[in-house]
Amino acid sequence: MSATIVSLPDQSTARIPKMNYLSKENGLLSWLLTGDHKRIAILYLISLSFFFFIGGALAGLIRLELLTPQADLMATDTYNKVFTMHGVIMIFFFLVPSVPATLGNFLIPLMIGAKDLALPKVNLLSWYLYIAGGTLAIYTMATGGVDTGWTFTTPLSTHYVNTNVLTTGLAVFIAGFSSIFTGLNFIVTIHKMRCPGMTWFRLPLFVWAHYAASILMVLATPVVAIAIVLVALERTLGIGVFDPTKGGDPLLFQHLFWFYSHPAVYIMILPGMGVISETISTFSRKRVFGYTAVAFSSVAIAVFGFFVWAHHMFIMGISNYAVLVFSLLTMLVAVPSAIKIFNWTFTLYKGSITFETPMLYTFGFMGLFTIGGLTGVFLGTSGTDIHLTETYFIVAHFHFVMVGGMLMAFLAGIHFWWPKMTGRMYPEKISQLAAVITFIGFNFTFFPQFILGTLGMPRRYASYPPEFQVLNVFSTAGATILGVGYLLPVLYLTWSLKYGAIAGNNPWQATGLEWQIQSPPLTENFTVTPIMDHEAYDYEWLENQNLAKEKSKEVTHAG
Amino acid sequence: MSHISPVLWQFLVKWMTTFALFPPEASKIAPQMDALLFFMILISLIGLTIVTLLVVSFCILYSKERHPVAVQVEGSTLLEATWTIIPLGLFLVMFVWGALIYFRVFTPPANSMNIYVVGKQWMWKAEHPGGQHEINSLHVPTGRAVQLTLISQDVFHSFSIPAFRVKREAIPGRYTTVWFEPTVPGTYHLFCTQYCGTNHSQMIGDVVVMTPEGYKKWLDESTSGASLAQNGERLFASLSCAACHNARPDARGPGLANVYGAKLPLASGGTVTADDAYLRESILNPSQHVTQGYAPIMPTYQGQISEEGVIALVEYIKNLNSDYRIQQTLNTTDLLPESEGKPAPAVTGQAGKKPAPQGKVNP
Repeated sequence: MSATIVSLPDQSTARIPKMNYLSKENGLLSWLLTGDHKRIAILYLISLSFFFFIGGALAGLIRLELLTPQADLMATDTYNKVFTMHGVIMIFFFLVPSVPATLGNFLIPLMIGAKDLALPKVNLLSWYLYIAGGTLAIYTMATGGVDTGWTFTTPLSTHYVNTNVLTTGLAVFIAGFSSIFTGLNFIVTIHKMRCPGMTWFRLPLFVWAHYAASILMVLATPVVAIAIVLVALERTLGIGVFDPTKGGDPLLFQHLFWFYSHPAVYIMILPGMGVISETISTFSRKRVFGYTAVAFSSVAIAVFGFFVWAHHMFIMGISNYAVLVFSLLTMLVAVPSAIKIFNWTFTLYKGSITFETPMLYTFGFMGLFTIGGLTGVFLGTSGTDIHLTETYFIVAHFHFVMVGGMLMAFLAGIHFWWPKMTGRMYPEKISQLAAVITFIGFNFTFFPQFILGTLGMPRRYASYPPEFQVLNVFSTAGATILGVGYLLPVLYLTWSLKYGAIAGNNPWQATGLEWQIQSPPLTENFTVTPIMDHEAYDYEWLENQNLAKEKSKEVTHAG
Repeated sequence: MSHISPVLWQFLVKWMTTFALFPPEASKIAPQMDALLFFMILISLIGLTIVTLLVVSFCILYSKERHPVAVQVEGSTLLEATWTIIPLGLFLVMFVWGALIYFRVFTPPANSMNIYVVGKQWMWKAEHPGGQHEINSLHVPTGRAVQLTLISQDVFHSFSIPAFRVKREAIPGRYTTVWFEPTVPGTYHLFCTQYCGTNHSQMIGDVVVMTPEGYKKWLDESTSGASLAQNGERLFASLSCAACHNARPDARGPGLANVYGAKLPLASGGTVTADDAYLRESILNPSQHVTQGYAPIMPTYQGQISEEGVIALVEYIKNLNSDYRIQQTLNTTDLLPESEGKPAPAVTGQAGKKPAPQGKVNP
């Protein structure tokens, strides 16, 4: 074992180490049968990008259809299938696994000084489950799709549509297990595999956020699995759980569904928040302001997140007093998010800030997530929810949090750790440009939808009254810009695999354990088990190191 | 300026001249809702401005060029408390204010007029008490509290009138209610906002707000000849409900006069208030709702009466003050021979689509 010494190797002489996790073995089988968390992360990254591309293409079709008030590009049935598949693919096959399965998988063992996740084979199994679910989803789409909306509302999904509800349900069911296994693996790993000295309060906030998200994955996902099984049984055997003519309750499905799907939005956003904590501290050279507050706010979000599900059903005839309770709890869950935003903001205070691409995405996240979070309060307030729910306000709010928040965080993270994952830098200038384009395109796409929502335009409409056209045209135009913003990283990141500058071990001069090893790392991560002897984000100590180093250089020079 | 691009120019002109943040305010609750919305928008803008200003000014003040060495600041309990308590306080204000509006929207005043609305794939059907019915439109008068009792015949729908700022889910198998008081005459959008299948986006219509005089005129012009309760009475007769529910000493079912709104003791213990929901349930699921002193012998009418039929029956029972007419019909049918005693399958308004089911009461 050795104490961790934050290393600041000379960038100019850096080269890609001959032995690393990418070069260790070659051939397709070495990837498909790997137990290495880093390789599995790469597998996830490739497959996730594929699903994001499909989901994005479907989003493009939606926006094209909405360019005109009439349903003229496609039949309404087709439109319904397109937005359903967009939702299913983006939620279950992109957003839920996005940061945890790629960055979480890659980084959690590195950040806590472990050689791998606790259960490498289970980790590989989750990827296979994800692929199985994903393949089934694509198969469903190819054989006619499904048009229930991603929420599978009963009795529409059980009795009234004759599309592929069962295969879609099965796809989500399988993907759910992938998520459960990932969460389980993270929980076990974070509990049992921390290196000596890595106490809970020395963990990077990225790990805390993943821990909170993992709890949600393990506890909430089984409920949606049950709900899906019940839908399948109702559809095939007519068991009547959701059928009022047989004494069932159609609203019960929504209770079950949202008991998962509300925590699921925290499964999606928490890991993104973890990324932001890392990037903002690195690029302002400061410890995250209020470390414990940020750590516990993740846990608070996870805990409160379980008790707000009925705010999706304020107008559905649940008891007025239930509405009161769920509205109040929703207000409470908004507070930890506000705490995080303010703590990140004050992390900048007296920092020494640089504006590399991950930091630009981080600013994008903070702005858009703030808007997304605040508009969430509009929906959590029971009175205003009556007017705003089921309109484009919901669509805009959700996309601000998920695309503006989560996807920005994902891109921040991908750029931030790209040098660690590949050993090469992404090209800085064009990446900064892409970040700006994404931000502009995003606002053009989704901000008009808030106004459409307050004006009352319902979601999931293939046609709409003509007075809503101008705002829809803005939105579609924005989506085009956004598309460019997403295409650019795919291109230049691929380019950088071969032509990017060599990154070296620690291009950002960051303090995290993952930066103290070679890039790309060895398969076993650490040659000797590290010992953690300082707090996370100890940039003060790092600066002193730097100064000492410069001094010694001067001395040598003088000598 | 128009040389930039005619299309773009047209769009901009159109947008600038028609730009609105909110739909028209056409109900009593709308200005109250908008006041809260404005308050929340204001608070949100202030919050967003604070965060943006802080981020931008920190970025300028503490950029690497200007501030090469970071000064470590650990955190501050005072600040943490500040940005926990202030947002929480503001959110709680919104919570209370919102809850007040919510309770107002979903607590109809006692003197409101009731209109039944049935949602089905893909249309809205409104039933006025006077027997007027309309599809994909709703005529209402100003200055009068209007309560809607909604139900869906198939999947979830949602009845949304943005100009009134109200919206309520129409649920299969359960009545939901909402009320509003229209204030400004005009024609407003009616949307189905809950995704309900193929033609969801065509499940739209108009809400026509009229002056009380105009509304009265409309009612007179649109009458179908029989009120909703009268339709219910015919259905009541054609289903042979009177065979048991006749309030005679030997009746096998409870009498129904003045039952609406009464507290009924249940065979299973406890009491229940006979409201719309209870009446509907007792017709469709009678064995679950047997009142004290009666045997669970009533057959279910599930699948035999459309939701509109149930509504007509409920409306009939609601307005039933005496059993006199029921007993009269019974007396006349009792005199007839068995074969003629069965009611003719009369075309009874809404139930006319299906052949009126014969009474299934076992002798």
